Amino acid sequence: MTDRHPLFKPLVFVGGLVFGFGLGFSHMARPEVVLNFLTFEDLGLPFVMFGAAIVSGIAFTLLPRIRDAAPLTGDRYERRLKPFDRNVLIGGAVFGVGWGLSGICPGAAYASLGVGNVTILWALAGMFLGAYAQGYWRSRSQVRNSSATGAD
Amino acid sequence: MVADPVLLQAVADFFPNGISRYAVGGLLVGLGTVLIYAGTGIPAGASTFLESTLSYVSDQPRFRRYVASRDWRVVFTVGIILGGLAFAATFQSGLVTSSLYEPGTTGQLYEVAGVTLWMTDVQPWRLFFGGILVGIGTRVGKGCTSGHGVCGVGSASKTSLVGVVTFLAVAIGTAQVVAALGVSP
Repeated sequence: MTDRHPLFKPLVFVGGLVFGFGLGFSHMARPEVVLNFLTFEDLGLPFVMFGAAIVSGIAFTLLPRIRDAAPLTGDRYERRLKPFDRNVLIGGAVFGVGWGLSGICPGAAYASLGVGNVTILWALAGMFLGAYAQGYWRSRSQVRNSSATGAD
Repeated sequence: MVADPVLLQAVADFFPNGISRYAVGGLLVGLGTVLIYAGTGIPAGASTFLESTLSYVSDQPRFRRYVASRDWRVVFTVGIILGGLAFAATFQSGLVTSSLYEPGTTGQLYEVAGVTLWMTDVQPWRLFFGGILVGIGTRVGKGCTSGHGVCGVGSASKTSLVGVVTFLAVAIGTAQVVAALGVSP
């Protein structure tokens, strides 16, 4: 991980640029537009999320058949599969309340800053605070659990 | 060409801003994800940045696992911010126009150095308290709209599909309740 290909970060940067431009173009960087979807006034949002999922799904399916490993890391192409447990439901529900209240999610918040929305710093401050709170709490319970059972 | 007036009316009602800006924007979000994945094999999500960046300033064991990826995640996020700015300098400023782009009427526009910028009308307390829950929920729930919604759904991951259905349903319920309580914007 230490001596990465010199093009690794430039590529991540360009990928981020395109990603952020898309969030601006689709108006997902505007909380109002997300809230208008959640209250059924403008049903455009699924075209963004599922449009992006279809594009990435094609790449996630085709690339492993074309090449064995990614050129800049040598890592194998794998799908994003995470184990299911009740945290997916609990976290998803908490995220849902926050998203429904604010109309903003992490990637869209970064792009929102870029389109000039200085007010979104409130949301970003909240996100860091929330991420810290859960990290602090989970670090504590991790130490407790591992001293008792050795499990996470 | 025969257009069904009932269908056209339904489209106009449910899609007051059309669908092209959403579909094109979604394709670009997918393209950004694919560029990174093709070069690195990493299906990048946006919310891990919150924890990985905290590892610079906190010694909590939970954040240590992101030390190896924290540098490139900062690069990814800076890219997203500047991508938003590039959109502001082109389409939002009217420098570039397209029939695929519908400007919309939300929020406030203001101008700095010839670039048209945009500011939300949504109240700061909603953004702040909503943000706290987004920060907790995305990290406990193993992903956000990009990690679960784009990369996970693109991977046909059952975990991510359940995650997306959960946060979409709860977000719709929450936004409806907040609107019914008369909170606007």
